[in-house]
Amino acid sequence: MTHLLEVESLAKSYAGVQAVRDVSFALDRGEILALIGPNGAGKSTCFNMLNGQIKPDAGEIRIDGVSTRGLPPRAVWRMGVGRTFQITATFGSMTVRENVQVALLSHARSLARWWGHGGAAQAAEADRLLDLVGMGSYAERAAAELAYGDLKRLELAIALANTPKLLLMDEPTAGMAPKERIGLMRLTAEIARREGIGVLFTEHDMDVVFEHADRMMVLSRGMLIAEGPPAEVRRDPEVQAIYLGEGLVYDARHQDLGAATPGAAAEEAHR
Amino acid sequence: MQLVFVQFMTGLASAASLFLVASGLSIIFGVTRIVNFAHGAFYMLGAYVAYTLTERLTGVFGFWFALLAAAAFVALLGCLLEMVLLRRIYHAPELFQLLATFGVTLMVEDLVLIIWGPEDLVGPRAPGLAGAVVMFGKRIPSYDLFLIVLGPLVLAGLWVLFHRTRWGVLVRAATLDRGMVAALGINQKWLFTGVFALGVFLAALGGALQIPRDAVNHAMDLRIIVEAFVVVVIGGLGSTTGAFVAAIIVSELNAFGILVFPKISLVLVFVVMAIVLVVRPWGLFGKMPPPAQAAIGTTVRPWRPLNRTELIIAGIVVAFVALQPLWLSDYALTVGSEILIFTLFAASLHLLMTVGGLASFGHAAYFGLGCYGAAFGVHAAGLPMVLAIFAGPVLAAFGAAIVGWFAVSLSGVYFAMLTLAFSQIVWSIAFQWVSVTGGDNGILGIWPAPFASHPSGFFWLTLAFVVPALAFLHMVIFSPFGYALRATRDSELRAEAIGIDRKRVQWIAFVVAGAAAGLGGGLFAFLKGSVFPDVMGIPTSVDGLVMVLLGGIETVLGPIAGAVVFKALSIWLISQTDYSKLILGAAIVVIVLAFPKGIVGALSDWRARFAEWRSDPRPSPGAAAMMAAAGAGGISGRFADPDDVAKKSVSGRAKP
Amino acid sequence: MPKTVTYRHILAAAFALAMPGQLLAEDIKIGEINSYSGLPAFTEPYRKGWQLAVEEINAKGGINGKTLVVISKDDAGKPADAVTAANELVSKEGVVMLTGAFFSHIGLAISDFAAQKKIYYLAGEPLTDAVVWSKGNRYTFRLRPSNYMQAAMLAEEAAKLPAKRWATVAPNYEYGQSAVAVFKQLLSAKRPDIEWVGEQWPPQGKIDAGAVSEALEATKPEAILNVTFGPDLVKFVREGNTRGLFQGKTVVSFLTGEPEYLDPLKAETPEGWLTTGYPWYGIDTPEHQAFLKAYQAKYNDYPRLGSVVGYALMKSAAAVLTKANSTDTEKLITATENLKVGTPFGEVTFRAIDHQSTLGAFVGKTAVKDGKGVMVDFSYRDGAKYLPSDDEVKKLRPQN
Repeated sequence: MTHLLEVESLAKSYAGVQAVRDVSFALDRGEILALIGPNGAGKSTCFNMLNGQIKPDAGEIRIDGVSTRGLPPRAVWRMGVGRTFQITATFGSMTVRENVQVALLSHARSLARWWGHGGAAQAAEADRLLDLVGMGSYAERAAAELAYGDLKRLELAIALANTPKLLLMDEPTAGMAPKERIGLMRLTAEIARREGIGVLFTEHDMDVVFEHADRMMVLSRGMLIAEGPPAEVRRDPEVQAIYLGEGLVYDARHQDLGAATPGAAAEEAHR
Repeated sequence: MQLVFVQFMTGLASAASLFLVASGLSIIFGVTRIVNFAHGAFYMLGAYVAYTLTERLTGVFGFWFALLAAAAFVALLGCLLEMVLLRRIYHAPELFQLLATFGVTLMVEDLVLIIWGPEDLVGPRAPGLAGAVVMFGKRIPSYDLFLIVLGPLVLAGLWVLFHRTRWGVLVRAATLDRGMVAALGINQKWLFTGVFALGVFLAALGGALQIPRDAVNHAMDLRIIVEAFVVVVIGGLGSTTGAFVAAIIVSELNAFGILVFPKISLVLVFVVMAIVLVVRPWGLFGKMPPPAQAAIGTTVRPWRPLNRTELIIAGIVVAFVALQPLWLSDYALTVGSEILIFTLFAASLHLLMTVGGLASFGHAAYFGLGCYGAAFGVHAAGLPMVLAIFAGPVLAAFGAAIVGWFAVSLSGVYFAMLTLAFSQIVWSIAFQWVSVTGGDNGILGIWPAPFASHPSGFFWLTLAFVVPALAFLHMVIFSPFGYALRATRDSELRAEAIGIDRKRVQWIAFVVAGAAAGLGGGLFAFLKGSVFPDVMGIPTSVDGLVMVLLGGIETVLGPIAGAVVFKALSIWLISQTDYSKLILGAAIVVIVLAFPKGIVGALSDWRARFAEWRSDPRPSPGAAAMMAAAGAGGISGRFADPDDVAKKSVSGRAKP
Repeated sequence: MPKTVTYRHILAAAFALAMPGQLLAEDIKIGEINSYSGLPAFTEPYRKGWQLAVEEINAKGGINGKTLVVISKDDAGKPADAVTAANELVSKEGVVMLTGAFFSHIGLAISDFAAQKKIYYLAGEPLTDAVVWSKGNRYTFRLRPSNYMQAAMLAEEAAKLPAKRWATVAPNYEYGQSAVAVFKQLLSAKRPDIEWVGEQWPPQGKIDAGAVSEALEATKPEAILNVTFGPDLVKFVREGNTRGLFQGKTVVSFLTGEPEYLDPLKAETPEGWLTTGYPWYGIDTPEHQAFLKAYQAKYNDYPRLGSVVGYALMKSAAAVLTKANSTDTEKLITATENLKVGTPFGEVTFRAIDHQSTLGAFVGKTAVKDGKGVMVDFSYRDGAKYLPSDDEVKKLRPQN
């Protein structure tokens, strides 16, 4: 039987710099796979290739055995993929509920309708999803008003509106308090296992990764350097040398591994 | 060979003056993001002031001093405008500054008439440069040679200024990241004022330098402003080198083009711009623009369709309007019909601009195509009136389908300029294709059927078309499709990621907006009885923009209020005074300052504040913060505060 | 003259007194529309002209004893706004006739409005032949010599020139196009040996004068027909002078002799251009002298051609109303057909066949005198002599 997601020899370079090279992996239904690596390792490039935002230079991506070659993001969505962004992207002028409604309408292929009130369609289902991610009480708020962590939840609700078989989550818990992070991922994991959704996520918070990921992969300078159950990868000397070196103690202070660059630090500072 | 040489030199000379004006525009836009419609007015003022000064200061020194002094004086006026007016509205939605500077332009046009009188003024030739130099057996005017040298010198000077001085480096930094400059403790206010003054100085100098070759007149501003915009866009926004190259390309193509197609000048720049933008969406030297400071139409007060009570009120309003023929005079009814037609025009532009985030600068093309569609319907097809009116939206939708196909690949100012280019191309077709359109003598004899020939009959007819059309647009805005359209505006990234085909949705919206404008045009043709190409000219497009902005860009009902106020005011003013532009311009400036969110925007602010005060005198912290941030002055934090960079990046295009 | 005025005035006043009631209280209202904000250089002197006429008319007893009131509106240079203004004048102000317009397309819009609403329209300035011919209607009359008439006057002189190779430059819109077309047609008819070697069509108001001059020069013409005016003309003349375009060539030029366009050129006025215009400083006829004195006395300024048009327009309107002695549109039309009106240029007739007046124009040559542009060697050409035969006119004008 084919895997839910199969990635073979994926490669991408920008202006001669190899951002991603020869990345191959697979993901099964109901499996939760973490992709970690320092900033600039190529995680986001990988994600953007997976949902069609960036065209790979080489390699193959298959979802349920179907190639996504040349498909734009909207077509990848139609194949049952939901994604969240590292820098959140929501519809600022709409309410939280409307954000989810648009996604639900899109999933139902009803967005081309010129009649009826879009804000009234699928309201109950939208509220259910919002309750699920803990955003029920914010349904009437404008998305532009939300705090960063709440936007992450909203993005998850939007992604779930597609009743996805594959969830791509780029730093789903950034901007949340540590307790919230664990809570959100626990919820995600529950849904994933219940519905048989495959989840691929990137994360800086190693606690989140170790707690929830079935497997993890480590990306460094565009290459996968390790893959396996978290406990194993953690002990991998190569990972420790390249990635965890320089005495970073992740488990002591919940230190975000990627927060090594000033930009990310600054970003982190005012969340 | 001689001819090639001489045309080349002529082209270079024309390019130089165009470059001066365009570079100023480009610098201002690059840093302050202001679409400075008043740039042409400053160009004209430069010429007028220089004329006055050269009348008094003679001799070689006097002449050149006069030109520089004129430019400096006008630059001071520019400073004043920036400090008094623009500073207050930097943080309003983009394009709102366009409205303010448009108001200023209207005022300046009448002011120069009052100060300098209506006659064309011919200034002195440049001392020492009045003659010609013989090169390759051809006489090249010395002044042309001077301009040919001056152009690159100014370019070099700007380069040095922006790359070798602290001020210039800061300005460039501000173009890239305003937040960063603010974080460095630089007083951004004065940086902007300085940039604005520099841009105005270049425009005024460009105008002053025209004195030895042109007649100073009160229509100079509109002649230059559009061309300058086109040059800036072809070159790439914010790129002075781009403006220089584009000015040369446009001028040389014109100089040689007229040898082959003598009528080409009419439309050449727009054809060049359209081709450049289709092939290179950000101009020759442009980079992908940073995201808009605040996407048009983004609001923190999510839209709601009219609720039951509001629908009843709307019904009462419509019924009240429908009863007007009982007591209004015939003239008032024809004015009323015109206003109704323009509410539809404004609402159709609103669908694109506010709901779709696509500010079209060429929406008049579809209004005009609607007019011509109706005219063809009557004369070529012999259709009865009602069917001919429907021929309007059909032709307009057809035109919009073609233009929209290309235009939706772009966004922001580039989208605006491509739509402008296409509208000018459509205009020139109507203007030139005399055998079909009658050229500028238009098509006459498009009068309503007997049942609508009386003003009250026509008023009802207009109402019967406009109200359902407005209701339809309202329905579309809140339909799933409307949500999809707003989704593409709020966040293209997110929209595409949830399966929305942005281009297709925007293209359909473009066609719908075009058709609605075309319906207005069809009615307009029958209201006026005749159709002329000027109906699809730039002024009509600008009127549409002004109506939408005036009503409030963040609102649903704004365009209706904007159209009623603007159209009624302008008709009344034209009837009452020869200085309608002065008063209308002043009114626009006042409205911009008093209601930075437009008329309806201000009303709904008050309503929300009232509702909040009534329900809970202590507003919830989050809502209060956002209300404050959205308030007139409050958005100032948006990019002055670097912290906001992260906060705002969260919601789609509402990025700093 | 003044004596007669007083006499008539008293008579009229006595008549008015003898007929108490409505007649005394009644004014006759005329609507007037022009591009006051769009084209003030022409319309300001024009307004002064018609205001002077109204003053004189009312001083002489008005229209059969009633005061002539002119309600004037701006059209902002747009035909659609002109129609709005026409609507206001007709339905709100209740004017008995419409007058005015400068631009041809605005004239056509008002003329079509007039035909639709069955209201009388006397066009002043619009030059397009369409107003009285192809788009002519029974409600519309026109005062100024049309494009065709001016072309015919110039073509007559041009035919006497030895030049065989001709090039043309005209603004790219209907006025320029039809001026060139008619001139070509009439000149070629008289001189089959003439060759048309080049044409330039700069957009109105946006001439790239250097490039146009060189493009014309490249066709090596012996003579040039110029139809540009206003700021375009200034640029063209300056570039042409500097580049030596006009050396050894004859230039025939529309409208250049009108003070509106000639005066700004000052010492840079090109010499020896054959042109139509208005040499107000050298017209010695009594009609013109009377007008000139009155105008200068009132405004302390010299008249432009627009002043004459405005003045003659209102005099014509008054003559129509006086003759019709009614405000009924049909009676006004009947009264205008074959009506003779005295103007500063002499008596003119409004032709019944096409509603065109026979007002003429001065044709002469440009020269520089005391640092100013003037017309010399000019003579008045009666418009009646420069119109096609009646048979041709009947073919040109829709008959209804």
